[in-house]
Amino acid sequence: MKIVVASGKGGTGKSMVAGNLAFALSSGTPVTLVDCDVEEPDLHLFFPEGPCANTPVHIKVPHINPDVCTLCGECGDFCAFGALLVGKDRVLFFPEQCHSCGGCMIACPAGAIEEADMPVGTITVSHPEKNLTLVTGTLNEGAIQSVAVIRAAKMMAGNTGWIIYDASPGTSCPVVETLEGTEFCILVTESTPFGLHDLALALDVTMQMGIPSGVVINRSDGRDEKAQQFCREHKIPVLATIPFDRRIAEVQGSGTLIARIDPSWKDRFSALAKDCLALWEGS
Amino acid sequence: MIRLAVVSGKGGTGKTVVTGGIAHCCTRSMVLVDCDVDASNLELILSPHIIDRWDFYGMDVAIIDPDVCSSCGICSGVCRFGAIATNGEVFSVRTSKCEGCRVCKLTCPAGAITMQPRVCGEIFYSGTRYGNLVHARLAPGASNSGLLVAEVKKTAFKRNPDCDLMLIDGPPGTGCPLISTVSGTDVVIAVTEPSRSGLHDLERLVRVCRTLRAGIYAVINKWDLNPDISDMIRQYCRREEIPVVGTIPYDECVMAAVRNGQPVTMSGSPAAQAIHAIWDDISMRLW
Amino acid sequence: MKICIPSSGPEPGDLIDDRFGRAPYFIIHDTNNEKTESHRNDAAGGAGGVGPKAAQFLIRLGVDMVVTGRVGGNALEALKAGGIKVYLYEGRGPVREALKAALSGGLKEQ
Repeated sequence: MKIVVASGKGGTGKSMVAGNLAFALSSGTPVTLVDCDVEEPDLHLFFPEGPCANTPVHIKVPHINPDVCTLCGECGDFCAFGALLVGKDRVLFFPEQCHSCGGCMIACPAGAIEEADMPVGTITVSHPEKNLTLVTGTLNEGAIQSVAVIRAAKMMAGNTGWIIYDASPGTSCPVVETLEGTEFCILVTESTPFGLHDLALALDVTMQMGIPSGVVINRSDGRDEKAQQFCREHKIPVLATIPFDRRIAEVQGSGTLIARIDPSWKDRFSALAKDCLALWEGS
Repeated sequence: MIRLAVVSGKGGTGKTVVTGGIAHCCTRSMVLVDCDVDASNLELILSPHIIDRWDFYGMDVAIIDPDVCSSCGICSGVCRFGAIATNGEVFSVRTSKCEGCRVCKLTCPAGAITMQPRVCGEIFYSGTRYGNLVHARLAPGASNSGLLVAEVKKTAFKRNPDCDLMLIDGPPGTGCPLISTVSGTDVVIAVTEPSRSGLHDLERLVRVCRTLRAGIYAVINKWDLNPDISDMIRQYCRREEIPVVGTIPYDECVMAAVRNGQPVTMSGSPAAQAIHAIWDDISMRLW
Repeated sequence: MKICIPSSGPEPGDLIDDRFGRAPYFIIHDTNNEKTESHRNDAAGGAGGVGPKAAQFLIRLGVDMVVTGRVGGNALEALKAGGIKVYLYEGRGPVREALKAALSGGLKEQ
């Protein structure tokens, strides 16, 4: 089953839920955990370091052959992203603007453009626990091609068994890319006006994509009436409520999983996975 | 005008709380900008009244005229973004995936494809008691967030060119919206929290902001939740020559203030005092 | 010779905009016929690549010289590739003043 852990607001505890969920599941069945928060991937911090395999993610970018180029300007005119500039004696390419659409190559009447690979990120695969594969997408610093790296990470994770995807915060294209082709979404929120406001935005995205979802209220201080009421009104189940507890914050902050050190939490996360499965099967 | 952005790398470290606090503390003329266009929260603590609102258009998107389309399928072969949907006969554009590159239009032999503007969100121009605020809402699942960020910043400047300060609440992450937020700003305040992820994300953020040539100050929020990691963050900042302009303790008054829709600095709580001190320090450095 | 100055508005009396690519207008003075015209910078609102886009626009207009306060690395490279000279002007006044300074020949080339 493919589950995404998402939230509109950042810092609500997505990684905490995704990491613990995958860890709890892995005691009984093979799990792949995919870090799709490629701008700030942090899940690896919660697992022991070990051997890992790195694969670069490339996008195709134009390579202009100056001997063939006639400086006609067609490529620069075509590029919708301002990545090509036709000067008096050469064409300049600004790779950080390139969306890798391939249009300049088609637009060039002289056949002066070929494509070359440009690295924009890395996929790291490791097996930090028995039964658990961790796939981490990391966007190169200064690059903007988050979507390409997410797509590559998901591809690397494959299609079999339990797959848990940790999304980036927000509601825009990286989140859509993460959700695409998945079966269920856990929306993590916190019982604050910020959390609730952004939960509503995130729910808009999952509903638009037709992906069933449930809510986890994290760091609850017991004043969750508004979040509960919102979930009732929108007919989304509250899957779990995790209280604010300095101990959990400390465990999480120091890079440990609460399910690893406390069996009762492991059971709670296993139960959460079962609930997701039941909801998906019933949907 | 000094352009100052509050950013964090990791989400949820307290950017908006710090931004709201600064807005309340700062006595200079200012315009406020919420660049977290995916999930803008500044409005929740500044109680803005909307003066003006208008649609935001992203990149134009392709549209296929079914009466002209000859179902040759070339467009779906050249589109690199998976934006052409088909059942084998009828071809159409999945607008949410279209990046507006126009390659399909360039290659369509039937001339069935045109580019059309698409509303990707809404921009709001509002008044608050601290200054005017430009904020936005990106349509759910839309792309073009970097473009929208540039647009809200431009609006803020155009309508308030004479302010001393442009105060920006930034987006999380280090990708497109963050880069768009930080480019052209003079200084960023990086709000971090004492966790291993907080430190890891701060390191990435700093490297990205450096390439954009912005000055960097750091603030450690909820520092007392893990004093050891707070020390590690201070050491990191010393090595990188980033001034830590203050630390904020964990304080339940922060959430109480947010629930009341107010900047936390209106109370006399420990977090409020810390943010006051941070702003005193930064304004000494800026002016 | 065509001299371009990034401006906050369409008139020579408007203030210069010291961010080259994001300036809303370009005011272009042609020393051959003493004419001054203004062009809107359509690239200004873009998310990225605004410097190179603006540079391409000026190359096409046949501009020879840009007088500006701040110009990013990409834009500088782009202007140079188009054979446009870039002169640094640190004043913050109206475009007219920057133009005067450029014509007097006292500015430093970047």
